[in-house]
Formats: sequence, C-alpha cells, structure tokens
Amino acid sequence: MVTPHDAGLAVLELKGIGKEFGAIRALHGVDLRVSPGEVLGLMGDNGAGKSTLVKLIAGNFPPSHGEIRFDGKPVHFARPIDARAIGIEVVYQDLALADNLTAAANVFLGRELKRRLGPFALLDHKAMAARALELFGELRSETRPHDLVKQMSGGQRQAVAIARTRLSNAKLVMMDEPTAAISVRQVEQVLGLIHRLKEQGVAVMLISHRMPDVFAVCDRVVVMRRGEKRADKAIADTSPEEVTSLITGAKEAA
Amino acid sequence: MATPLESPITFTNVGKAKWWQSGLFASQTGYVLLALVALFVVMNFASPYFLTEGNIQNVAKNFSFIAIATLGVTFVIITGGIDLSVGSVMCFSAMITSMVMTQISTPGMAGADWFVHLAGDGKTVIANVPGLILLVSILAGLGVALIVGLVNGFCIAVLGLSPFVTTLGMLSIVRGLGYVVSNGRGSFPSGPDAGYFYTLTSGVAFGMPAPFIYLVILAVAMAVVLHHTGFGRHVFAVGGNEKAAALTGIPVVRVKIEIYVICALAAGLQGIIICGWLGSAPANMATSYELNVIAAAVIGGANLAGGAGGPLGAIVGCVLLEVIRNGLVLAQVNSYWQQTLVGVIIIAAVLVDRLRSRMA
Repeated sequence: MVTPHDAGLAVLELKGIGKEFGAIRALHGVDLRVSPGEVLGLMGDNGAGKSTLVKLIAGNFPPSHGEIRFDGKPVHFARPIDARAIGIEVVYQDLALADNLTAAANVFLGRELKRRLGPFALLDHKAMAARALELFGELRSETRPHDLVKQMSGGQRQAVAIARTRLSNAKLVMMDEPTAAISVRQVEQVLGLIHRLKEQGVAVMLISHRMPDVFAVCDRVVVMRRGEKRADKAIADTSPEEVTSLITGAKEAA
Repeated sequence: MATPLESPITFTNVGKAKWWQSGLFASQTGYVLLALVALFVVMNFASPYFLTEGNIQNVAKNFSFIAIATLGVTFVIITGGIDLSVGSVMCFSAMITSMVMTQISTPGMAGADWFVHLAGDGKTVIANVPGLILLVSILAGLGVALIVGLVNGFCIAVLGLSPFVTTLGMLSIVRGLGYVVSNGRGSFPSGPDAGYFYTLTSGVAFGMPAPFIYLVILAVAMAVVLHHTGFGRHVFAVGGNEKAAALTGIPVVRVKIEIYVICALAAGLQGIIICGWLGSAPANMATSYELNVIAAAVIGGANLAGGAGGPLGAIVGCVLLEVIRNGLVLAQVNSYWQQTLVGVIIIAAVLVDRLRSRMA
C-alpha cells in the first residue's frame, strides 16, 4: 500500500489556486497534493468550494491564480476533454450513463471499438463486451455487459461509471458524491470499487458528505471552508468530530 | 479499511433476464407485430380478397409510400426530437424534381441545351445522355431536402431551438415555398427521361413494387447503421441521456444535424417516389402526411421521449396503418372511420407499453 507524501512524485499538485467569478471569490490560495494509489477525501459544506475545485481540475474552467501540475508538469486545460486526454476522469453524481444502452455500450460510449469490414467501420460488440467483463471483474462487480443500465442497481451503475475511467487508464479519478442516494449494501460495494482503484495505483478524490464513508476508505482528508483549505490531515490523525467542527467552522483550522 | 475485500461481491437478488423479458419480445415493436399478425389472421377470415396477390401487392405499395419517410423520422425520434416538416419536404422535393426534369427537357429553356437536342423532324426531343436528366432532377429534389435538413439541424442543434417549433415553422416555410415556385399549380415530370422515372418509382421488379424494394434496402441499411456503427450508438446515446453523451465526448451537435438531414433526405426520396406514382407533384401533395408518418413510428415503438426505436418498428407501424385502412375498405366500412381508428391505435399502443413497463 502506498503511503501518501513519501510516495515522492504527486499525480496532481495544486499551488496557490484561486478562482473568482466576477466579484465572488470561490477559491483562494489552495495547495493540494495527491499521490498515486492515494484516496483523498474532499469535504466541506455546500458552497465551500469543493465543486469549483473539482470542475477546475476537470478542465471546465481555468483557475484565476495559481498552477496545476499533473505528473510533475504544469498543465492548462481549455476543455474537459483535454483533462481527460492526460488521465483525469470524473465520475459524476448522476453518473452520466445512457439508461437505454447496455453496460458495455456505456463503458465504451464515445470510445467504441471498431473493426473494419471493407470500407465500413462496424462496432466490435464482442471485443467491447469481453473488455467490459474484464473491467467489471477487476472491480469485482457482478455486472453483465449485455444488461441494460436501466435495469441495474445503484452499485452496478457505479461500477459501470468507474469501469469507464479504467478503460482510459486514468491516473486520477474524482468521484462526486458516489454514495449519496444509494442503499447501505450498495455503499459497501462502491467503497469496494474505490479500493480496487487504489490497488491499481489510481489516485482517487472522493467528494462526499458522508463522514463514515470518508473514514472507511480515505487515506487523507481535506476540509474546505469558504473557498479555502482549512485542514489536510491523514485519516489516522483526525476524528469525525474534528472534521465536523472544521466543516462547520467551530474549529477554524487544523 | 472497513470494507471486506476478499469475498467477491455477489448480487443474489439480480437474476438473468428471461428471454421473453428482453429484446424484441419485451418491446412495443414486438407486441405490435403480434397484433399485426393477429389482424392478418382475422382479415383472412373476414374477407376472401385480403390475402390475394393483388391485394397484398396493393398493401405493400401503399405502405411503402409513407414507410421510407417513417424510417427517417424514426432516426429523429430516437434522439428525442421530432420532425413535423416531412410532409412539406415530400411535396417540395417532388415538385423540384418534376420541375427540373421538365425544364431541362424542354429545348430553348435555360440550361436545357446541355441535356437535350431536337431530332431531325424538329419535334421529337432526344436526350444527349440517356438517364442524365433523371439523375440531375432527382439530385435537385434531394438537394433541396438536404438544405431543409441542414437548416432544421442547425436551428435545433446549434441555436438550441425546440425541435417541435423549428420543424413546425419549417412545415409552413417549405409548403409555402412549394406554392411560390409552382404558383400553386401542379407540375408533371416530362421529357425523354420521364419513362425511366415512372419505371423507377412505380414499376414492378421480381413481383414486388419498386418502392417496397427501396424500403427493404433502406430498412436493412438503417438497422446496420443503428446497431453496428458508432454513429448509431451515438444516436441512441443522445436520445437516452443527452448530457451524458456530451460528457463522454460524443459530438452531439453533429449527430443531431446529421439525423435531421437523414430525415429530410428520406422525406425527399419518399416525395419523389409518390410523385412517380401520382404522375404529378401537386402543390397540396402529402399535406398532413407528417402526422401519419409520426403516428406509424410511434405505434411501431419509437419513444417520443427518445432512446428507443428502429426500422422494424417503423415498418410494422406503417403496415398496421395500411392493413387497417385496407381492411376497412374490404369490410365495406365507411373509410372515414380510418382516422378515428388510427388515433385509437396510437393511444392503445402507448398505453399497453406503459402497462407492461409498470408490471415489469
């Protein structure tokens, strides 16, 4: 298991990141490091700047100040697709799946495998199903590639969304509230999926309101408040009580 | 590390779907097809004329007259859009094809010198290259359909206008243009290539009406495109979850423009074929056909909310409409009942689908 900070090279490094929308200061002076195989919990109340930070890293808009370094090199994203191209994937809260398509089709959406048949490029259903099955196996999720997503449980949907990030060999996966609005049993499955990513050396940023999940799966927790980073601690050195008081502002910083 | 990792996760509550709960059998297309088969059986007992070769040919020809346009509209409906301009485009394409053919086949008219010359007797018009006039006039008809499709697609995908409003406007615009260019008069395909034109549009080959053959070819092509190409996959994805499609990098704008172009081209081709059957392109041709076409698609299982539909459903819907019309005629029921019945069937088909998905 890779321990944070001694792993040397960070996958993602933010230095003095700030973002203003007109007169509104959404982020101010945020420094952040995420190492390969590290699971980082990003917590904070609504409006604390979590989503802005995630969107910024995902390339939705550029920072007003500061520098983003990925794999040691400074990067600038014009569009989300640029971020995806270098290995940053986001699993969205609503999962961004097409319900009317199969699990395999969703995993390969926009990146379909094709085989040539004379002048035509036809979908290679077999290869896609086989690869999807492999990915679900890696994630130890019992999801059948040919099942329609609309027939699936919340946990299986998460597996499909996460398998999509594995397909591109993402180095950093950001998950936005993956355990909101699913059953207890499915939460277990999703946390299991996060462990699978970690085992494969993927850095994971988990954005969550659920304290038990963060403490179950994360190596480190970062607390945001009013657009600033108020705490950045190893899970072992903190407690749910401390994190709660940091989120609410009862404790200013740690 | 609270989660146990060793044991593989199992879903004991999720079984494999039964064969009758998946694929065609679980779809609206499937049971509308079943209803159609039942209707064939009933009609066979009700009327001795129904299953005669002549009548079946008649049915095949008649439903082919809206089915090609229905294939096109089905593409649009799968993405969650709608195209109300198909009836007007049918008329306009037919009219342009017919007018261009007449124009370039008449010596003395602008441009006609390239295509025809007068024979020695000073009266007979002879084509310079046989078939060229036909090709040019059909391309002209399809060309205007292409433009209409591009404008529809641009307004909807790029400007973000609602498909309903855009194509409702286009319905009126294109119908109006049809009246403008023809001055309200019909036009007749004529000239040395008119014979080819009628053969291609209303002839019979291998015992089947020509439009039916085109329909089968186009339907097979559509099935392959929808289920075995990246484009088809993207069409379904846009209809299933447009936001997800955009997030995964699918060129949503391009896909949308392409399907409106396909739809308009299908309508244009359909109009040209109808023109051959009628022998003319009257300015009021195919008025309100868009409603029949959309009805057929919806009866066959295309979901107006997007994400579902296919060529088989489109054809089944068209056949059902035609068999009912034909059946009412054979049963000597007042044919005005047809419209009422069609409405009932649209609602019934959608209702059955709703009940079924509620039970599942």
